[in-house]
Amino acid sequence: MAKERLQIIVAHERNKREQPEYIEKMQQEILAVIRKYVEIDDEQVKVNLDNNDECSILELNVTLPE
Amino acid sequence: MAKIIVVTSGKGGVGKTTTSASIGTGLAQRGHKTVIIDFDVGLRNLDLIMGCERRVVYDFVNVINGESNLKQTLIKDKRVDNLYILPASQTRDKDALTQEGVEKVLDELSEDFDFIVCDSPAGIERGAQMALYFADMAIVVTNPEVSSVRDSDRILGILQSKSRKAEKGEVVEEKLLVTRYNPERVEEGEMLSVEDVKEILAIELLGVIPESEAVLKASNQGSPVILDDESNSGKAYSDAVGRLFGEEIEHRFLEVEKKGFFKRLMGA
Ligand SMILES: Nc1ncnc2c1ncn2[C@@H]1O[C@H](COP(=O)(O)OP(=O)(O)O)[C@@H](O)[C@H]1O
Ligand SMILES: [Mg+2]
Repeated sequence: MAKERLQIIVAHERNKREQPEYIEKMQQEILAVIRKYVEIDDEQVKVNLDNNDECSILELNVTLPE
Repeated sequence: MAKIIVVTSGKGGVGKTTTSASIGTGLAQRGHKTVIIDFDVGLRNLDLIMGCERRVVYDFVNVINGESNLKQTLIKDKRVDNLYILPASQTRDKDALTQEGVEKVLDELSEDFDFIVCDSPAGIERGAQMALYFADMAIVVTNPEVSSVRDSDRILGILQSKSRKAEKGEVVEEKLLVTRYNPERVEEGEMLSVEDVKEILAIELLGVIPESEAVLKASNQGSPVILDDESNSGKAYSDAVGRLFGEEIEHRFLEVEKKGFFKRLMGA
């Protein structure tokens, strides 16, 4: 049990560390912009950066309420 | 050129100072000129564990500020040749250690010593970062429980991004030391096993130090536990030092000790 929990936390934190520092701030700003128009929770915006050899892909996932 | 080893963990109370004292002593016992530096500004402790608290005149911050020189400040151990201690300052000024100041002192020590062991303060903030910045090798001290493992992983992240080696595109050698290991509690599922910790942190295992009364006894006496060669903890530290020199030594004290006939008879 403890081991599984730890593996998840650690994987999450490592992933966060590997992203550039501006990602978190950018996520907050994007959230603020969307909130001007619709009400959403923090978890409804997901920003992810994938680094490949040739380029980086910024993935933005916004779940809007029904 | 000295090899700089930081003993670090993130979490407090896991056994960094105990480890710095014993590993430093073990290196000196093998004939290598070694200095152990206490980076814990304000919470000086290493001098107590090494039993030299009454011989402290000057400290690390005095040297940085040019108020004393290394010769006046280093305390020579009375039991082991080649072993010196550089005590921490009791000042409350957490910014007393500057990167330039620390670098200057480490450079000077490097000319004369084979090993510099840096006993890191707890946390992942400035003090701990200062202790690990110049490291060639990190001994990551971890207890087999969730919060300690998590903090160790954070420290690994800092080693890989904010150390001098990382800034130069090189890597700090990372070694895992699991301390306060209690096989009974692992067997009962109350603690993580060495295998679990190793798998999660994914770095080389330097040693496993069993939880033992001997550590408390040693700290009361002001003598590093590695000098208690009857104790399991002392033996485990000696093994770890051997492994630092590439000796292949099997890990021991990982299983619950089966009580022998005599011990059972004595009700021990
Ligand atoms: N292997 C061990 N067995 C039993 N007690 C230990 C062991 N290692 C450390 N301790 C105890 O844990 C406490 C914290 O140890 P210390 O080395 O000061 O940790 P840190 O420097 O990481 O804060 C001390 O009371 C010490 O005696
Ligand atoms: Mg300490």
